[in-house]
Amino acid sequence: MKEFRYINEQVSLKLDSATCIGCGRCTTVCPHRVLALEGKKAKINDFNGCIECGACAQNCPTGAIGVNPGTGCAAFIIAGWVNKITGRRVMSGCC
Amino acid sequence: MLVSANFKLSFDSLRWSLKEVDCWLLVLDTRGINVWCAAGKGSFGSDELVYSVNAAGLAEVVEHRELIVPQLGAPGVDGAKVRKESGFKVVYGPVRADDIKKFLEQNSCDEKMRSVTFNLAERAILIPVELYLTIKPLLITLVILFIISGIGPNLFSFTAALARSPFFIGATLLGVVSGAIATPLLLPLLPWRQFWLKGVIVGGVGGVISWWLLQERIQVLETIAFLSWSTTIASYLAMNFTGATPFTSPSGVEYEMRRGLPVQAGLTVLAAVTWITTPFIR
Repeated sequence: MKEFRYINEQVSLKLDSATCIGCGRCTTVCPHRVLALEGKKAKINDFNGCIECGACAQNCPTGAIGVNPGTGCAAFIIAGWVNKITGRRVMSGCC
Repeated sequence: MLVSANFKLSFDSLRWSLKEVDCWLLVLDTRGINVWCAAGKGSFGSDELVYSVNAAGLAEVVEHRELIVPQLGAPGVDGAKVRKESGFKVVYGPVRADDIKKFLEQNSCDEKMRSVTFNLAERAILIPVELYLTIKPLLITLVILFIISGIGPNLFSFTAALARSPFFIGATLLGVVSGAIATPLLLPLLPWRQFWLKGVIVGGVGGVISWWLLQERIQVLETIAFLSWSTTIASYLAMNFTGATPFTSPSGVEYEMRRGLPVQAGLTVLAAVTWITTPFIR
């Protein structure tokens, strides 16, 4: 997304070129054109544009893409922290 | 065969965009959650899709074996898995329902149809949701504020609570307006990428304007309380707005929360201390 940019270098997206078969599914499902096909391999075109939605990793047939997916609202993250500290599912967060 | 979710807005916009189009709709039960959020949380996912295909007996209803799934459903749907378990091939359609007709005509999406946007109208439509979500914590906050406002040399005075709380309630509402209304609207104009900072700017500016209007009626300590409280509320709500935007990563949100939350907590303590001490030094 060109108009809106978020914090740089805070993205968990990883792509293993060796396992990539160049099917291009990740480039189709990405909502921000982060991935692109170059020849017969996918490449990360806009690393900092990634929002970690997880669509690419979910649809990658060879598991070449790794991302720690989730939703980015504060209430959900606070709930995650609380649950981690207490070791139980105390809060569910937002939606 | 188009797949959607049982979130009223998603389903309605899809229906509207399908006027004069002859097709079937398969609606997954996402319990009133939109496609993208449901896909992220798993209720719009491969398993639910396979279940619905079988439950509806799709294989007998249609001859083809193709499902058009909204692109934003992809975080939950694994095309290969769905094909293996249901026999139907997953084709990802456009992000927006408005583009469905074009997609069906050309049988593919261009880059624009595959990309998410966040224009003024798309931001404005989120404001009622943001406000609705603040109602419950807001009411609890207002009760606490009322009690705090009554604390004084006589332990607790109901009259003092009545007299002082409107002022603090005003600061709270100012924070809500700044963080949940002004910040989303002004988003591209605000400096810095971290949302809690954007909220600090809007809440701070709003606070200073209010102070300028009220300066003859309030003391220095109360001014500090007013400014820090409206800034905290605005900062927190702006930070929470990250969850409604389509361009923030959870890793980034966690990063900014580690910085924003301590500041917000500090300002909250400052506001409480200055507000409670005011009646004792009068």
